[in-house]
Amino acid sequence: MKRIMIVFTVCLLAAVPASAQGSIGETANALDTMWVLIAAFLVFFMQAGFGMVEAGLIRAKNAANILMKNMMDFSIASIGFFICGYALMFGGSGALFGTKGWFLMGAESAEGLPLYAFWMFQAAFCGTAATIVAGGMAERMKFSAYLLYSFVISACIYPIVGHWIWGGGWLYNLNFHDFAGSTVVHTTGGFAALIGTILLKPRIGKFNVDGSPNFIAGHNMPLVSLGVFILWLGWFGFNPGSTLGFGDPEQVSRVVINTNLAAAAGAIVAMAVAWARYGKPDLALTLNGALAGLVAITAPCAIVTPISAVAIGIIGGILCVFGVSWLDQLKIDDPVGAVAVHGLNGIWGTLAVGLFGQAALGSPNDGLFFGGGFYQLGVQALGSISVIAFVVSSMWLVFKTIEAMVGLRVTEKEELQGLDIGEHGMESYSGFQIFLTE
Amino acid sequence: MKLIVAIIQPHRLPAVKKALYDSQVYKITVSTVLGCGEETGYQETFRGVEHEVTLLKKVRLDIAVNEDFVEPTIDAIIEGARTNNVGDGKIFVRTLDECIRIRTGERGNRAIG
Repeated sequence: MKRIMIVFTVCLLAAVPASAQGSIGETANALDTMWVLIAAFLVFFMQAGFGMVEAGLIRAKNAANILMKNMMDFSIASIGFFICGYALMFGGSGALFGTKGWFLMGAESAEGLPLYAFWMFQAAFCGTAATIVAGGMAERMKFSAYLLYSFVISACIYPIVGHWIWGGGWLYNLNFHDFAGSTVVHTTGGFAALIGTILLKPRIGKFNVDGSPNFIAGHNMPLVSLGVFILWLGWFGFNPGSTLGFGDPEQVSRVVINTNLAAAAGAIVAMAVAWARYGKPDLALTLNGALAGLVAITAPCAIVTPISAVAIGIIGGILCVFGVSWLDQLKIDDPVGAVAVHGLNGIWGTLAVGLFGQAALGSPNDGLFFGGGFYQLGVQALGSISVIAFVVSSMWLVFKTIEAMVGLRVTEKEELQGLDIGEHGMESYSGFQIFLTE
Repeated sequence: MKLIVAIIQPHRLPAVKKALYDSQVYKITVSTVLGCGEETGYQETFRGVEHEVTLLKKVRLDIAVNEDFVEPTIDAIIEGARTNNVGDGKIFVRTLDECIRIRTGERGNRAIG
Protein backbone atom coordinates (compact mmCIF):
# COMPACT_ATOMS: atom_id res chain seq x y z
CA MET A 1 0.00 0.00 0.00
CA LYS A 2 2.75 2.36 1.03
CA ARG A 3 4.62 1.54 -2.17
CA ILE A 4 1.59 2.32 -4.28
CA MET A 5 1.27 5.65 -2.54
CA ILE A 6 4.90 6.47 -3.24
CA VAL A 7 4.50 5.57 -6.93
CA PHE A 8 1.32 7.67 -7.02
CA THR A 9 3.07 10.63 -5.40
CA VAL A 10 6.02 10.37 -7.78
CA CYS A 11 3.64 10.34 -10.73
CA LEU A 12 1.82 13.35 -9.33
CA LEU A 13 5.09 15.20 -8.84
CA ALA A 14 6.25 14.22 -12.31
CA ALA A 15 3.10 15.77 -13.67
CA VAL A 16 3.87 19.01 -11.88
CA PRO A 17 5.80 21.39 -14.14
CA ALA A 18 8.85 23.31 -13.08
CA SER A 19 6.93 26.26 -11.65
CA ALA A 20 5.82 23.94 -8.92
CA GLN A 21 4.48 26.33 -6.30
CA GLY A 22 1.34 27.46 -8.12
CA SER A 23 0.62 24.02 -9.49
CA ILE A 24 0.71 22.35 -6.08
CA GLY A 25 -1.83 24.91 -4.98
CA GLU A 26 -3.97 24.04 -7.99
CA THR A 27 -3.64 20.33 -7.28
CA ALA A 28 -4.67 20.88 -3.68
CA ASN A 29 -7.66 22.88 -4.82
CA ALA A 30 -8.61 20.16 -7.31
CA LEU A 31 -8.44 17.53 -4.56
CA ASP A 32 -10.50 19.69 -2.20
CA THR A 33 -13.09 20.16 -4.93
CA MET A 34 -13.16 16.44 -5.64
CA TRP A 35 -13.66 15.67 -1.96
CA VAL A 36 -16.52 18.14 -1.64
CA LEU A 37 -18.18 16.76 -4.77
CA ILE A 38 -17.83 13.15 -3.60
CA ALA A 39 -19.33 14.24 -0.27
CA ALA A 40 -22.14 16.01 -2.16
CA PHE A 41 -22.92 12.77 -4.03
CA LEU A 42 -22.98 10.85 -0.74
CA VAL A 43 -25.36 13.42 0.75
CA PHE A 44 -27.49 13.14 -2.39
CA PHE A 45 -27.67 9.38 -1.81
CA MET A 46 -29.18 10.09 1.62
CA GLN A 47 -32.39 10.91 -0.28
CA ALA A 48 -32.58 7.22 -1.10
CA GLY A 49 -32.01 6.44 2.56
CA PHE A 50 -34.81 8.74 3.71
CA GLY A 51 -37.07 7.33 1.02
CA MET A 52 -36.51 3.74 2.15
CA VAL A 53 -36.80 4.54 5.87
CA GLU A 54 -40.03 6.46 5.43
CA ALA A 55 -41.59 4.02 2.98
CA GLY A 56 -40.79 1.07 5.22
CA LEU A 57 -42.10 2.69 8.40
CA ILE A 58 -45.55 3.44 6.98
CA ARG A 59 -48.28 1.21 5.56
CA ALA A 60 -48.08 -0.36 2.13
CA LYS A 61 -51.02 1.65 0.84
CA ASN A 62 -49.06 4.92 1.16
CA ALA A 63 -45.60 3.83 0.03
CA ALA A 64 -45.71 5.24 -3.52
CA ASN A 65 -46.97 8.55 -2.12
CA ILE A 66 -44.04 8.99 0.27
CA LEU A 67 -41.53 8.03 -2.42
CA MET A 68 -43.11 10.57 -4.75
CA LYS A 69 -42.67 13.19 -2.01
CA ASN A 70 -39.02 12.22 -1.60
CA MET A 71 -38.47 12.43 -5.33
CA MET A 72 -40.07 15.86 -5.51
CA ASP A 73 -38.21 17.10 -2.42
CA PHE A 74 -34.85 16.79 -4.05
CA SER A 75 -36.05 18.02 -7.42
CA ILE A 76 -37.84 21.04 -6.01
CA ALA A 77 -35.01 21.76 -3.56
CA SER A 78 -32.53 21.75 -6.45
CA ILE A 79 -34.53 24.25 -8.46
CA GLY A 80 -35.57 26.35 -5.45
CA PHE A 81 -32.03 26.49 -4.10
CA PHE A 82 -30.85 27.52 -7.57
CA ILE A 83 -33.46 30.25 -8.02
CA CYS A 84 -33.26 32.00 -4.66
CA GLY A 85 -32.08 29.61 -1.92
CA TYR A 86 -28.39 30.09 -2.52
CA ALA A 87 -28.78 33.86 -2.75
CA LEU A 88 -30.67 34.03 0.56
CA MET A 89 -28.12 31.75 2.23
CA PHE A 90 -24.76 32.94 0.88
CA GLY A 91 -25.50 36.27 -0.82
CA GLY A 92 -23.61 38.63 1.45
CA SER A 93 -23.23 39.14 5.17
CA GLY A 94 -26.56 40.71 6.16
CA ALA A 95 -27.67 39.75 9.67
CA LEU A 96 -30.86 37.96 8.58
CA PHE A 97 -30.51 36.91 4.93
CA GLY A 98 -28.39 37.31 1.83
CA THR A 99 -29.48 39.44 -1.09
CA LYS A 100 -27.40 38.62 -4.14
CA GLY A 101 -26.76 35.70 -6.44
CA TRP A 102 -30.29 35.03 -7.70
CA PHE A 103 -30.07 32.15 -10.23
CA LEU A 104 -26.40 32.02 -9.15
CA MET A 105 -25.75 35.18 -11.18
CA GLY A 106 -22.96 37.07 -9.47
CA ALA A 107 -22.94 34.54 -6.64
CA GLU A 108 -19.76 33.92 -4.68
CA SER A 109 -18.36 30.63 -3.47
CA ALA A 110 -16.65 29.84 -0.19
CA GLU A 111 -13.34 28.28 0.87
CA GLY A 112 -11.88 28.83 -2.57
CA LEU A 113 -14.04 26.09 -4.05
CA PRO A 114 -15.58 26.41 -7.49
CA LEU A 115 -19.03 27.95 -7.08
CA TYR A 116 -20.85 25.09 -8.77
CA ALA A 117 -19.20 22.46 -6.58
CA PHE A 118 -20.02 24.41 -3.42
CA TRP A 119 -23.58 24.94 -4.67
CA MET A 120 -24.03 21.23 -5.34
CA PHE A 121 -22.89 20.35 -1.82
CA GLN A 122 -25.18 22.95 -0.24
CA ALA A 123 -28.12 22.01 -2.47
CA ALA A 124 -27.82 18.38 -1.36
CA PHE A 125 -28.07 19.58 2.26
CA CYS A 126 -31.10 21.68 1.41
CA GLY A 127 -32.86 18.64 -0.07
CA THR A 128 -32.13 16.72 3.12
CA ALA A 129 -33.80 19.32 5.33
CA ALA A 130 -36.90 19.28 3.11
CA THR A 131 -37.22 15.51 3.01
CA ILE A 132 -37.04 15.02 6.79
CA VAL A 133 -40.47 16.57 7.01
CA ALA A 134 -42.14 14.08 4.64
CA GLY A 135 -42.00 11.32 7.26
CA GLY A 136 -43.65 13.34 10.02
CA MET A 137 -46.58 14.25 7.79
CA ALA A 138 -46.86 10.85 6.13
CA GLU A 139 -50.03 8.93 5.28
CA ARG A 140 -52.50 11.83 5.29
CA MET A 141 -51.14 14.98 3.63
CA LYS A 142 -52.38 16.16 0.25
CA PHE A 143 -49.75 15.84 -2.42
CA SER A 144 -50.45 19.28 -3.92
CA ALA A 145 -50.07 20.87 -0.48
CA TYR A 146 -46.82 19.01 -0.03
CA LEU A 147 -45.37 20.41 -3.26
CA LEU A 148 -46.06 23.96 -2.08
CA TYR A 149 -44.55 23.29 1.33
CA SER A 150 -41.48 21.68 -0.25
CA PHE A 151 -40.73 24.71 -2.41
CA VAL A 152 -41.11 27.18 0.45
CA ILE A 153 -38.88 25.31 2.89
CA SER A 154 -36.09 24.73 0.39
CA ALA A 155 -36.21 28.10 -1.32
CA CYS A 156 -36.79 30.30 1.75
CA ILE A 157 -36.95 28.80 5.25
CA TYR A 158 -33.89 26.55 5.16
CA PRO A 159 -31.69 29.13 3.38
CA ILE A 160 -32.54 31.80 5.96
CA VAL A 161 -31.60 29.54 8.85
CA GLY A 162 -28.50 28.53 6.90
CA HIS A 163 -27.57 32.18 6.41
CA TRP A 164 -27.80 32.91 10.12
CA ILE A 165 -25.38 30.10 10.93
CA TRP A 166 -23.19 29.46 7.88
CA GLY A 167 -23.72 32.39 5.56
CA GLY A 168 -22.36 35.20 7.73
CA GLY A 169 -25.58 36.05 9.58
CA TRP A 170 -26.09 37.06 13.19
CA LEU A 171 -25.52 33.65 14.80
CA TYR A 172 -22.37 33.18 12.71
CA ASN A 173 -21.08 36.44 14.11
CA LEU A 174 -21.84 35.30 17.66
CA ASN A 175 -19.56 32.26 17.07
CA PHE A 176 -22.46 29.84 17.17
CA HIS A 177 -20.93 26.52 16.12
CA ASP A 178 -22.84 23.99 14.02
CA PHE A 179 -20.27 22.11 12.01
CA ALA A 180 -22.48 20.11 9.66
CA GLY A 181 -26.03 21.08 10.52
CA SER A 182 -27.61 19.66 13.69
CA THR A 183 -29.46 22.96 13.82
CA VAL A 184 -29.38 24.14 10.21
CA VAL A 185 -30.65 20.89 8.72
CA HIS A 186 -32.05 18.68 11.46
CA THR A 187 -33.66 21.10 13.92
CA THR A 188 -35.15 22.94 10.94
CA GLY A 189 -36.50 19.73 9.38
CA GLY A 190 -37.55 18.20 12.69
CA PHE A 191 -39.51 21.22 13.90
CA ALA A 192 -41.09 21.83 10.51
CA ALA A 193 -42.23 18.20 10.76
CA LEU A 194 -43.54 18.83 14.30
CA ILE A 195 -45.64 21.84 13.36
CA GLY A 196 -46.82 20.06 10.22
CA THR A 197 -47.93 16.93 12.03
CA ILE A 198 -49.69 18.97 14.73
CA LEU A 199 -51.63 20.97 12.15
CA LEU A 200 -52.48 17.85 10.14
CA LYS A 201 -53.74 16.03 13.27
CA PRO A 202 -53.21 12.30 13.86
CA ARG A 203 -53.92 9.59 11.32
CA ILE A 204 -57.30 7.86 11.55
CA GLY A 205 -56.98 5.10 14.14
CA LYS A 206 -53.73 6.29 15.74
CA PHE A 207 -55.37 7.31 19.01
CA ASN A 208 -58.36 5.77 20.77
CA VAL A 209 -61.20 7.82 22.21
CA ASP A 210 -59.53 7.66 25.63
CA GLY A 211 -56.30 9.03 24.11
CA SER A 212 -54.22 5.85 24.29
CA PRO A 213 -52.03 5.32 21.23
CA ASN A 214 -52.57 2.46 18.81
CA PHE A 215 -49.94 0.48 17.02
CA ILE A 216 -49.75 1.28 13.30
CA ALA A 217 -46.85 -0.88 12.21
CA GLY A 218 -44.52 -0.14 9.34
CA HIS A 219 -44.98 -2.50 6.43
CA ASN A 220 -41.40 -3.31 5.46
CA MET A 221 -38.61 -3.47 8.03
CA PRO A 222 -35.94 -4.66 5.55
CA LEU A 223 -36.50 -1.43 3.61
CA VAL A 224 -36.13 0.61 6.80
CA SER A 225 -32.90 -1.19 7.62
CA LEU A 226 -31.52 -0.62 4.12
CA GLY A 227 -32.48 3.03 4.42
CA VAL A 228 -30.66 3.46 7.72
CA PHE A 229 -27.49 1.90 6.36
CA ILE A 230 -27.70 4.20 3.32
CA LEU A 231 -28.14 7.18 5.64
CA TRP A 232 -25.22 6.09 7.80
CA LEU A 233 -23.08 5.87 4.64
CA GLY A 234 -24.40 9.21 3.44
CA TRP A 235 -23.44 10.79 6.75
CA PHE A 236 -19.78 10.06 5.87
CA GLY A 237 -20.35 12.72 3.22
CA PHE A 238 -22.58 14.94 5.33
CA ASN A 239 -20.17 15.45 8.25
CA PRO A 240 -16.65 14.83 6.87
CA GLY A 241 -17.57 16.72 3.67
CA SER A 242 -18.42 19.78 5.75
CA THR A 243 -14.68 20.29 6.20
CA LEU A 244 -15.03 21.68 2.64
CA GLY A 245 -11.57 20.41 1.80
CA PHE A 246 -8.96 17.77 2.49
CA GLY A 247 -6.30 20.20 3.62
CA ASP A 248 -6.50 18.93 7.20
CA PRO A 249 -6.68 15.12 6.99
CA GLU A 250 -6.45 14.93 10.78
CA GLN A 251 -9.71 16.90 11.10
CA VAL A 252 -11.49 14.91 8.37
CA SER A 253 -10.49 11.66 10.09
CA ARG A 254 -11.66 12.92 13.47
CA VAL A 255 -15.02 13.81 11.97
CA VAL A 256 -15.26 10.35 10.40
CA ILE A 257 -14.54 8.42 13.60
CA ASN A 258 -16.80 10.66 15.71
CA THR A 259 -19.65 10.23 13.23
CA ASN A 260 -19.28 6.48 13.25
CA LEU A 261 -18.93 6.12 17.03
CA ALA A 262 -21.93 8.30 17.80
CA ALA A 263 -24.13 6.32 15.42
CA ALA A 264 -22.97 3.03 16.92
CA ALA A 265 -23.52 4.25 20.48
CA GLY A 266 -26.95 5.62 19.58
CA ALA A 267 -28.02 2.29 18.09
CA ILE A 268 -26.76 0.21 21.03
CA VAL A 269 -28.30 2.46 23.65
CA ALA A 270 -31.63 2.77 21.85
CA MET A 271 -31.73 -1.03 21.67
CA ALA A 272 -30.93 -1.34 25.38
CA VAL A 273 -33.48 1.26 26.46
CA ALA A 274 -36.18 -0.27 24.27
CA TRP A 275 -35.30 -3.75 25.56
CA ALA A 276 -35.54 -2.60 29.17
CA ARG A 277 -38.77 -0.64 28.64
CA TYR A 278 -40.70 -2.85 26.25
CA GLY A 279 -39.21 -6.29 26.91
CA LYS A 280 -37.77 -6.84 23.44
CA PRO A 281 -34.97 -5.26 21.40
CA ASP A 282 -37.08 -3.32 18.92
CA LEU A 283 -35.60 -3.07 15.41
CA ALA A 284 -37.43 0.13 14.45
CA LEU A 285 -36.28 1.98 17.58
CA THR A 286 -32.73 0.65 17.25
CA LEU A 287 -32.55 1.93 13.68
CA ASN A 288 -33.96 5.26 14.83
CA GLY A 289 -31.31 5.25 17.58
CA ALA A 290 -28.49 5.05 15.03
CA LEU A 291 -29.99 8.01 13.19
CA ALA A 292 -30.38 9.89 16.49
CA GLY A 293 -26.68 9.40 17.22
CA LEU A 294 -25.82 10.65 13.74
CA VAL A 295 -28.00 13.74 14.07
CA ALA A 296 -26.57 14.52 17.50
CA ILE A 297 -22.93 14.30 16.40
CA THR A 298 -23.53 16.44 13.32
CA ALA A 299 -22.91 19.79 15.05
CA PRO A 300 -20.01 18.81 17.30
CA CYS A 301 -18.31 16.20 15.07
CA ALA A 302 -15.19 18.25 14.37
CA ILE A 303 -14.48 19.71 17.79
CA VAL A 304 -14.90 16.80 20.21
CA THR A 305 -12.82 13.75 21.04
CA PRO A 306 -14.02 10.23 20.18
CA ILE A 307 -14.90 9.57 23.85
CA SER A 308 -17.15 12.64 23.84
CA ALA A 309 -18.67 11.41 20.57
CA VAL A 310 -19.68 8.16 22.25
CA ALA A 311 -21.26 10.08 25.13
CA ILE A 312 -23.15 12.30 22.67
CA GLY A 313 -24.40 9.23 20.80
CA ILE A 314 -25.52 7.56 24.04
CA ILE A 315 -27.68 10.53 25.04
CA GLY A 316 -28.97 10.68 21.47
CA GLY A 317 -30.14 7.06 21.62
CA ILE A 318 -31.91 7.62 24.95
CA LEU A 319 -33.58 10.82 23.74
CA CYS A 320 -34.82 9.08 20.63
CA VAL A 321 -36.64 6.25 22.44
CA PHE A 322 -38.18 8.54 25.05
CA GLY A 323 -38.98 11.18 22.44
CA VAL A 324 -41.06 8.72 20.46
CA SER A 325 -43.17 7.84 23.50
CA TRP A 326 -43.42 11.47 24.70
CA LEU A 327 -44.99 12.41 21.38
CA ASP A 328 -47.48 9.55 21.75
CA GLN A 329 -48.36 10.82 25.22
CA LEU A 330 -48.88 14.31 23.81
CA LYS A 331 -51.15 12.77 21.14
CA ILE A 332 -48.89 13.98 18.35
CA ASP A 333 -48.73 11.46 15.54
CA ASP A 334 -45.28 11.32 13.96
CA PRO A 335 -45.33 8.12 11.87
CA VAL A 336 -41.57 7.74 11.39
CA GLY A 337 -40.11 9.46 14.47
CA ALA A 338 -38.87 12.52 12.55
CA VAL A 339 -39.39 14.81 15.53
CA ALA A 340 -37.63 12.54 18.02
CA VAL A 341 -34.72 11.77 15.69
CA HIS A 342 -34.14 15.11 13.98
CA GLY A 343 -35.88 17.70 16.17
CA LEU A 344 -34.84 16.60 19.66
CA ASN A 345 -31.41 15.36 18.66
CA GLY A 346 -30.82 18.45 16.58
CA ILE A 347 -31.18 20.42 19.81
CA TRP A 348 -29.08 17.95 21.75
CA GLY A 349 -26.25 17.98 19.20
CA THR A 350 -26.23 21.76 19.17
CA LEU A 351 -26.05 21.97 22.96
CA ALA A 352 -23.39 19.24 23.02
CA VAL A 353 -21.01 21.70 21.33
CA GLY A 354 -21.30 23.88 24.44
CA LEU A 355 -20.70 20.90 26.72
CA PHE A 356 -18.05 18.77 25.02
CA GLY A 357 -16.41 21.24 22.59
CA GLN A 358 -12.67 21.84 22.87
CA ALA A 359 -10.95 24.99 21.65
CA ALA A 360 -7.85 22.93 20.90
CA LEU A 361 -9.86 21.03 18.29
CA GLY A 362 -11.30 24.16 16.70
CA SER A 363 -14.30 25.06 18.85
CA PRO A 364 -14.81 28.81 19.31
CA ASN A 365 -14.60 28.24 23.08
CA ASP A 366 -14.07 25.31 25.43
CA GLY A 367 -17.30 23.66 26.49
CA LEU A 368 -18.66 23.39 30.02
CA PHE A 369 -17.03 19.98 30.62
CA PHE A 370 -13.65 21.26 29.49
CA GLY A 371 -13.40 24.27 31.74
CA GLY A 372 -14.89 26.81 29.36
CA GLY A 373 -17.84 27.71 31.54
CA PHE A 374 -21.33 28.42 30.27
CA TYR A 375 -20.52 30.91 27.51
CA GLN A 376 -20.52 28.60 24.48
CA LEU A 377 -23.44 26.61 25.90
CA GLY A 378 -25.40 29.86 26.18
CA VAL A 379 -24.63 30.81 22.59
CA GLN A 380 -25.66 27.34 21.41
CA ALA A 381 -28.91 27.48 23.39
CA LEU A 382 -29.70 30.93 22.04
CA GLY A 383 -29.12 29.75 18.48
CA SER A 384 -31.20 26.62 18.92
CA ILE A 385 -34.12 28.48 20.51
CA SER A 386 -34.04 31.24 17.87
CA VAL A 387 -34.07 28.74 15.00
CA ILE A 388 -36.92 26.77 16.59
CA ALA A 389 -38.93 29.97 17.11
CA PHE A 390 -38.32 31.06 13.53
CA VAL A 391 -39.07 27.66 11.98
CA VAL A 392 -42.19 27.00 14.05
CA SER A 393 -43.68 30.45 13.46
CA SER A 394 -42.81 30.69 9.76
CA MET A 395 -43.87 27.11 9.00
CA TRP A 396 -47.12 27.63 10.92
CA LEU A 397 -47.84 30.55 8.63
CA VAL A 398 -46.84 28.56 5.55
CA PHE A 399 -49.02 25.57 6.46
CA LYS A 400 -51.98 27.81 7.36
CA THR A 401 -51.64 29.59 4.01
CA ILE A 402 -51.45 26.29 2.13
CA GLU A 403 -54.47 25.04 4.09
CA ALA A 404 -56.44 28.07 2.94
CA MET A 405 -55.28 27.65 -0.66
CA VAL A 406 -55.59 23.90 -1.32
CA GLY A 407 -56.22 22.21 2.04
CA LEU A 408 -53.68 20.15 3.96
CA ARG A 409 -55.33 16.80 4.44
CA VAL A 410 -56.87 14.23 2.13
CA THR A 411 -60.47 13.07 2.62
CA GLU A 412 -61.26 10.34 5.12
CA LYS A 413 -62.21 7.96 2.31
CA GLU A 414 -58.92 8.54 0.56
CA GLU A 415 -56.92 8.13 3.75
CA LEU A 416 -58.59 4.78 4.40
CA GLN A 417 -58.10 3.59 0.84
CA GLY A 418 -54.51 4.80 0.80
CA LEU A 419 -52.84 7.81 -0.77
CA ASP A 420 -51.23 5.69 -3.46
CA ILE A 421 -54.58 5.15 -5.16
CA GLY A 422 -56.14 8.45 -4.11
CA GLU A 423 -53.28 10.77 -5.05
CA HIS A 424 -51.40 8.85 -7.72
CA GLY A 425 -53.89 6.32 -9.08
CA MET A 426 -51.53 3.40 -8.58
CA GLU A 427 -50.50 0.86 -6.01
CA SER A 428 -47.00 0.21 -4.74
CA TYR A 429 -47.48 -3.52 -4.70
CA SER A 430 -49.78 -4.20 -7.61
CA GLY A 431 -50.38 -7.94 -7.88
CA PHE A 432 -49.63 -8.56 -4.20
CA GLN A 433 -52.46 -9.08 -1.81
CA ILE A 434 -51.93 -6.69 1.05
CA PHE A 435 -53.85 -7.35 4.25
CA LEU A 436 -55.72 -4.12 4.85
CA THR A 437 -57.44 -3.70 8.19
CA GLU A 438 -57.50 0.05 8.54
CA MET B 1 -75.23 -24.67 14.28
CA LYS B 2 -74.72 -21.86 11.80
CA LEU B 3 -71.80 -20.56 9.83
CA ILE B 4 -71.92 -16.78 9.63
CA VAL B 5 -69.96 -15.31 6.74
CA ALA B 6 -69.62 -11.54 6.62
CA ILE B 7 -67.97 -9.30 4.05
CA ILE B 8 -67.03 -5.92 5.55
CA GLN B 9 -64.97 -2.82 4.83
CA PRO B 10 -61.36 -3.46 5.87
CA HIS B 11 -61.18 -0.40 8.10
CA ARG B 12 -64.18 -1.56 10.13
CA LEU B 13 -62.41 -4.74 11.27
CA PRO B 14 -61.13 -3.35 14.58
CA ALA B 15 -64.63 -2.09 15.49
CA VAL B 16 -66.24 -5.40 14.49
CA LYS B 17 -63.70 -7.38 16.50
CA LYS B 18 -64.45 -5.27 19.54
CA ALA B 19 -68.22 -5.60 19.14
CA LEU B 20 -67.92 -9.37 18.75
CA TYR B 21 -65.71 -9.58 21.81
CA ASP B 22 -68.26 -7.57 23.81
CA SER B 23 -70.93 -10.08 22.71
CA GLN B 24 -68.74 -12.96 23.92
CA VAL B 25 -67.97 -14.20 20.44
CA TYR B 26 -64.29 -14.96 20.66
CA LYS B 27 -63.65 -17.28 17.74
CA ILE B 28 -63.37 -15.85 14.26
CA THR B 29 -61.44 -16.42 11.07
CA VAL B 30 -60.49 -13.35 9.05
CA SER B 31 -59.29 -13.27 5.48
CA THR B 32 -58.66 -10.59 2.94
CA VAL B 33 -60.70 -10.88 -0.23
CA LEU B 34 -61.51 -8.99 -3.42
CA GLY B 35 -65.04 -8.43 -4.58
CA CYS B 36 -67.62 -6.16 -6.09
CA GLY B 37 -71.11 -5.20 -5.09
CA GLU B 38 -73.00 -1.96 -5.39
CA GLU B 39 -70.02 0.18 -4.48
CA THR B 40 -68.41 1.69 -7.55
CA GLY B 41 -64.77 1.03 -8.32
CA TYR B 42 -62.02 3.52 -9.03
CA GLN B 43 -59.67 4.53 -11.77
CA GLU B 44 -55.97 3.67 -11.76
CA THR B 45 -53.40 4.88 -14.22
CA PHE B 46 -50.00 3.39 -14.82
CA ARG B 47 -47.61 5.37 -17.01
CA GLY B 48 -50.54 7.17 -18.55
CA VAL B 49 -52.60 4.09 -19.31
CA GLU B 50 -55.96 4.01 -17.56
CA HIS B 51 -57.42 1.01 -15.86
CA GLU B 52 -60.77 0.60 -14.14
CA VAL B 53 -60.54 -1.27 -10.86
CA THR B 54 -63.83 -2.97 -10.06
CA LEU B 55 -62.75 -5.58 -7.52
CA LEU B 56 -62.36 -3.82 -4.20
CA LYS B 57 -60.44 -4.94 -1.14
CA LYS B 58 -62.71 -6.36 1.53
CA VAL B 59 -62.34 -8.39 4.69
CA ARG B 60 -64.23 -11.65 5.14
CA LEU B 61 -65.18 -13.07 8.52
CA ASP B 62 -66.12 -16.72 9.07
CA ILE B 63 -67.76 -17.41 12.41
CA ALA B 64 -69.27 -20.73 13.45
CA VAL B 65 -71.86 -20.35 16.23
CA ASN B 66 -74.50 -22.25 18.14
CA GLU B 67 -78.15 -21.23 17.59
CA ASP B 68 -78.39 -18.90 20.58
CA PHE B 69 -75.38 -16.89 19.39
CA VAL B 70 -76.66 -16.26 15.85
CA GLU B 71 -78.54 -13.02 16.56
CA PRO B 72 -75.93 -11.53 18.94
CA THR B 73 -73.23 -12.20 16.33
CA ILE B 74 -75.23 -10.57 13.56
CA ASP B 75 -75.98 -7.58 15.78
CA ALA B 76 -72.33 -7.19 16.70
CA ILE B 77 -71.16 -7.29 13.09
CA ILE B 78 -73.74 -4.68 12.14
CA GLU B 79 -72.78 -2.51 15.09
CA GLY B 80 -69.11 -2.58 14.15
CA ALA B 81 -69.36 -2.46 10.37
CA ARG B 82 -72.23 -0.09 9.63
CA THR B 83 -71.31 3.36 8.33
CA ASN B 84 -74.58 3.89 6.38
CA ASN B 85 -72.66 4.00 3.10
CA VAL B 86 -72.91 1.79 0.06
CA GLY B 87 -70.17 -0.82 0.45
CA ASP B 88 -70.68 -1.58 4.14
CA GLY B 89 -70.98 -5.25 3.17
CA LYS B 90 -73.23 -8.23 3.75
CA ILE B 91 -73.81 -11.04 6.22
CA PHE B 92 -74.64 -14.57 5.07
CA VAL B 93 -75.99 -17.15 7.49
CA ARG B 94 -75.70 -20.79 6.48
CA THR B 95 -76.59 -24.04 8.13
CA LEU B 96 -73.55 -25.87 9.41
CA ASP B 97 -73.71 -29.65 9.16
CA GLU B 98 -70.87 -30.60 11.41
CA CYS B 99 -68.05 -29.15 13.47
CA ILE B 100 -65.12 -31.14 14.83
CA ARG B 101 -62.44 -29.91 17.19
CA ILE B 102 -59.22 -31.45 15.90
CA ARG B 103 -57.42 -31.65 19.25
CA THR B 104 -60.10 -33.64 21.10
CA GLY B 105 -62.28 -35.09 18.36
CA GLU B 106 -65.35 -33.44 19.98
CA ARG B 107 -68.24 -32.86 17.60
CA GLY B 108 -71.21 -30.53 17.27
CA ASN B 109 -72.19 -27.82 19.73
CA ARG B 110 -69.45 -28.68 22.18
CA ALA B 111 -66.80 -28.31 19.50
CA ILE B 112 -67.99 -24.82 18.58
CA GLY B 113 -68.26 -23.38 22.10
